Amino acid sequence: MAESPYKTNHRRTAFALSIIPGLGQLYHKQYAKGTFFFILAASFIYVFADMLNIGLWGLFTLGEKTPRDHSIFLLVYGIVAVIVLIFGLAFYLFNLRDAYQNGLKRDRGERPAKLKEQYQNLVNSGFPYLIMSPGFLLLVFVVILPIIFVILLAFTNYDLYHSPPAKLVDWAGFKNFVDIFSIDIWRQTFFSVFAWTIVWTFTATTFQIALGIFLAILVNQKEVKGKAMIRTVFILPWAVPAFVSILVFAGMFNESFGAVNRDILSLIGIDPVPWMTKAVYTKIAIILIQTWLGFPFIFAMTTGVLQSIPDELYEAATVDGATYYQKFKKITLPLVLFATAPILITQFTFNFNNFNIIYLFNGGGPAVPGANAGGTDILISWIYRLTMTSAQYSKAAAITMLLSVFVILAALWQFKRTKSFQEEDMM
Amino acid sequence: MSIKKEKYLRLTITYLVIFIMFAVILYPLAWIIGSSFNPGQSLSGSSIIPKNATLAHYRELFDPGRSNYLYWYWNSLKVSILTMVFTVILVSLTGYSFSRYRFAGRRKSLMTFLVLQMVPNYAALIAIFVLAFLTGLLDSHLGLILVYVGGQIPINTWLMKGYLDTIPRELDESAKIDGAGHFRIFLQIVMPLSSPIIAVVALFSFIAPFADFIIASILLRTEKNYTLAVGLYEMVAKQFGAEFTNFAAGAVLIAIPISILFLSFQKYFVSGLTAGGTKG
Repeated sequence: MAESPYKTNHRRTAFALSIIPGLGQLYHKQYAKGTFFFILAASFIYVFADMLNIGLWGLFTLGEKTPRDHSIFLLVYGIVAVIVLIFGLAFYLFNLRDAYQNGLKRDRGERPAKLKEQYQNLVNSGFPYLIMSPGFLLLVFVVILPIIFVILLAFTNYDLYHSPPAKLVDWAGFKNFVDIFSIDIWRQTFFSVFAWTIVWTFTATTFQIALGIFLAILVNQKEVKGKAMIRTVFILPWAVPAFVSILVFAGMFNESFGAVNRDILSLIGIDPVPWMTKAVYTKIAIILIQTWLGFPFIFAMTTGVLQSIPDELYEAATVDGATYYQKFKKITLPLVLFATAPILITQFTFNFNNFNIIYLFNGGGPAVPGANAGGTDILISWIYRLTMTSAQYSKAAAITMLLSVFVILAALWQFKRTKSFQEEDMM
Repeated sequence: MSIKKEKYLRLTITYLVIFIMFAVILYPLAWIIGSSFNPGQSLSGSSIIPKNATLAHYRELFDPGRSNYLYWYWNSLKVSILTMVFTVILVSLTGYSFSRYRFAGRRKSLMTFLVLQMVPNYAALIAIFVLAFLTGLLDSHLGLILVYVGGQIPINTWLMKGYLDTIPRELDESAKIDGAGHFRIFLQIVMPLSSPIIAVVALFSFIAPFADFIIASILLRTEKNYTLAVGLYEMVAKQFGAEFTNFAAGAVLIAIPISILFLSFQKYFVSGLTAGGTKG
């Protein structure tokens, strides 16, 4: 054994004593702190012992007898128990570390902090934790807990036929994932919904970005009069709450009384189009509507960027004999894209999960024979349908997991390429 | 001469495009305003400028005996304003900690927030439903507000942190030397300087619950508790067309005040987003 650099060995003794929280601190003669730690640990065990016991049991078994055990509630209790346990372990490790650190101080011949200094230390190093804790706790219970719940649910057989309180739910391993990719109806529906989600995300987002940038450049021309008025009108679709506009459009595209078929198309002599009953037309309609809803945001951003580009750049280009197209391609577009890139990316993620337009316009429909998703359902609205109308809870959870993994991977890949993220002062 | 001609052509096309866009933007708005004055419940045989314009639909919406519209309006405002207040308070605190303190777990928490903001919290809708059921918060506005505030924290913390990072730290240092405590620095030095980002966070956290349909439709069960998005959807979905003119009046009553509010704050939106956004 190596020669210890210190004569005493308080750090090891205190560490060993703190296996029962508080004893190590008492050993350092930090009586108030030691007593506090001890009481905290004792009350933790006293209060949570039952809960941890039942929670962990429930998490493993998901219940054994039907009228008594409700599998889904047990699952939630189990997750809460694990969270509580993690908090408990964090405190326990802190207690061990504290005893060791103070022991080290004593071994070096310094004295451990007095009560008043301890209080000062606590306030200084604990302040960020203190002010973060309300937000953090809320986040744990309303965001992180549901996520863990959904992840676990994806590995159960929870559906209409295994539904508490009448039936128990069981762990099913990877069955849901295997089913989604091996049973014909699930695989076909999954891939058609996924493909449409991708097509939808790219066409709708690209249209709204292209139109927004195009109009911003158009209005920004020096000779255009009445800029303020034009810009206000162009921003209107953004100002009206989207759910209102979507419902209005649902009325306008209605096949029996909507203005699109009755007034606009009949005016130019086109036969009524089955907007709501033929999937192709519904798809065209929602892409157009999303373009209408989404371009003003890009328009406003781009206008802001354009106003900050110095005129000299364009003057120099004109002197060199550049055409409008060259100026656009070499000066305007790169500057606009550079300044708005991170926001443009969020537009893609937004549309990927744009539940409102799909659901409010036509409920994800029209219905498709031989599939359990509607003709315009994207992943998120399909999940909603599986959960709310066909009670396929565990399948919905599995699809939620696939969706989240896809979004996170895509976003991380993108963020890695963004320079500003690497230069961010992270630590 | 040809330069002048080219300019003429260019401007003609420009105004033509602007005119077409005006029509595309204003037509749906005019149509819904026209519909709201149309007599009768359905739209068959109506025109965009109704012949016998009537205020009957507005009157019906304002009569609590015949319509729940006023309840919905009040619920939406209540939920959105409370969500806004709580979000601003919580996010100022979390954003400030991440910006000003270096503590164990900071980097990991920031990464977690970044990942959390990518997946919308309504993706876990079934878990939200079960949790609300277990805690007795189903069909209550408190439950709805808690879910909204929680979902707003990650992205707005990043926005807030990004902005606070630009406020020079020498300010807090000198205040500290002058003997100011942690809370005093936070409240009296840093917060007054961050009003632009607070405005952005406030607007975001007001608009998001106001426009949300999915979580509200899962949690709210009785008609009187609905928010506007759920209420209007039910109004339209019940028998499509049968109540359309009432819906139109309801839509107009939302669109006008919100648009005015929005247009007057619009500048903050754009500047706040580009300031915080290009950083994160």
